[in-house]
Amino acid sequence: MKKLLKGNEAIAEAAIRGGCRFFAGYPITPQNEVPEYMSWRLREVGGEFVQAESEVAAINMVYGAGGAGARAMTSSSSPGISLKQEGISYIACAEIPCVIVNMVRTGPGLGGIQPAQGDYFQAVKGGGHGDYHLIVYGPSTVQECVDILYNAFDVSEKYRTPVMILGDGMLGQIMEAVELPEMKDISKLPEKEWATTGTGTGDKRRVINSLYIEPEAMEVVIHRLFARYDEIKRNECKAELFKTDDAEIILTAYGTVARIAKSAVNILRAKGVKAGLVRPITLYPFPDYEYAKLADSNTVKEFVDIELCMGQMIEDVKLSVNGKKPVKFYGRVGGNVMSAEDIVEFVEREVING
Amino acid sequence: MAKVFKKTNMLTDATMHYCPGCTHGIAHRLVAEVLEEIGAEGNCIGVAPVGCAVFAYNYFNCDVQEAAHGRAPAVATGIKRVHPDKIVFAYQGDGDLASIGMAETVHAAARGEKFTTIFINNSIYGMTGGQMAPTTLVGQKATTCVYGRDPSVNGNPIRVSEMLATLDGPSYIARVALYDVKHIIEAKKAIRKAFQHQIEKKGYSMVEILSSCPTNWGMTPLAALDWMKNESEKTFPLGVFKELE
Repeated sequence: MKKLLKGNEAIAEAAIRGGCRFFAGYPITPQNEVPEYMSWRLREVGGEFVQAESEVAAINMVYGAGGAGARAMTSSSSPGISLKQEGISYIACAEIPCVIVNMVRTGPGLGGIQPAQGDYFQAVKGGGHGDYHLIVYGPSTVQECVDILYNAFDVSEKYRTPVMILGDGMLGQIMEAVELPEMKDISKLPEKEWATTGTGTGDKRRVINSLYIEPEAMEVVIHRLFARYDEIKRNECKAELFKTDDAEIILTAYGTVARIAKSAVNILRAKGVKAGLVRPITLYPFPDYEYAKLADSNTVKEFVDIELCMGQMIEDVKLSVNGKKPVKFYGRVGGNVMSAEDIVEFVEREVING
Repeated sequence: MAKVFKKTNMLTDATMHYCPGCTHGIAHRLVAEVLEEIGAEGNCIGVAPVGCAVFAYNYFNCDVQEAAHGRAPAVATGIKRVHPDKIVFAYQGDGDLASIGMAETVHAAARGEKFTTIFINNSIYGMTGGQMAPTTLVGQKATTCVYGRDPSVNGNPIRVSEMLATLDGPSYIARVALYDVKHIIEAKKAIRKAFQHQIEKKGYSMVEILSSCPTNWGMTPLAALDWMKNESEKTFPLGVFKELE
């Protein structure tokens, strides 16, 4: 039976059903329903919730709990995610699985509390110091949030790489009917042979660490991380193609913006314009091959990248298209959200008549 | 020949990197001996800091997590919440605990997190080469206050034990020193008590240990111990600041 849930609450419930048993967070709009829900719900399943003194403390609690073997998670919104970046870099290097939710708001600075996509670079290019990546998902519906969160810990543990969910204020606040999966039986998970569970002595000691003073040792670690990112690229790339088979104009957008872009495709189709949409579901790894295929097709004339920022994902789109077709950009910023008609108007003005 | 003394099992055989005359080695041994005595072998998780004790994970014979600078109390909180029946301790210096990590320290104490903090107060940033610490004494020279700490310019040292003792979360807070055998024995008793409070889940426990840094104080090891006794203790009096029944 479907349940009507707010995006943030659905994320919390799906994470718990996916095995989350530790959450640390700090209040910030527009993600407050996540820690609020976790604070009472985790207790029901024998988990632990800590309202941390800061975002910095919250991510380091996740480091400790995740390193000790628990399925640990934190959530925040843009300025708070900036504060967590040091900890995220340490977690990535120490190879601690965990889940981080960013319900993006507009920035830079304190910005505003309305939806935006200006944290794309921060999420997919590193964010903190040093050479590392996260596995980054950009869900566009509440159901997709549920599906991704439910499996996020499995993916994170498989690759010992943190998973980030890049949503936005709209996705967190919207209410949609969702199908919730069964509670996972986490007692049957394979033992984490690296986790500091307290039993280690002598040769069996377990150390969670990101310090490698010897350059040779540090290089080995970074190469290991990047070999894993290659594996993630091979296995985990996901994208949705919508009406791209005969499309001449390819719109591309992720998250909630992709829903608006989908409506724009339908309006354009009704007007006789052969439009389609590429919606990346994983933002890292980026599904570049979908763009490459379309760029090579004789039917496709042009790409239009649509974002709630000044154009960040467009850099990955252009790299994927590799100069074979023009890529135009349309975006709104400051917390403003475009309508489907705005996109149609842009396409008619800049692409069809441009 | 009968063996009358052996190194505690809770220290590994790794050679410590500490400077000659540094009291970190003594503090490590006291903590490790207490861990062995309370039966923590195979039942314990440590948290190492950033600073001189950054390699503590090489020395303590237990599972260890290396925390980011100042974040040991947050990391220890995460660990202890996941493993409430394991012994969890954070080993931190003064820059780590009382400067960059003060928020984490105060809030872990206020929440009454049931892990034990070993706080090494040597009034200086050792690892980075002798900069002023939050615990540098008034008049003490450091590479970032070359004429000596002047309160009107550099502010005043922070008495962490006294401050944390005002909170309701901690159950045991004591300050000890390592300048002579008598005080080393007393330090061990305090460490033992702190871990006992953790075992009994009474609250947050911390032992602040006055330590020496001959290298960055610019003294011989013996002169540094004298200075600790005659100068450090004036600003940081020894004692038990909180002990719940």
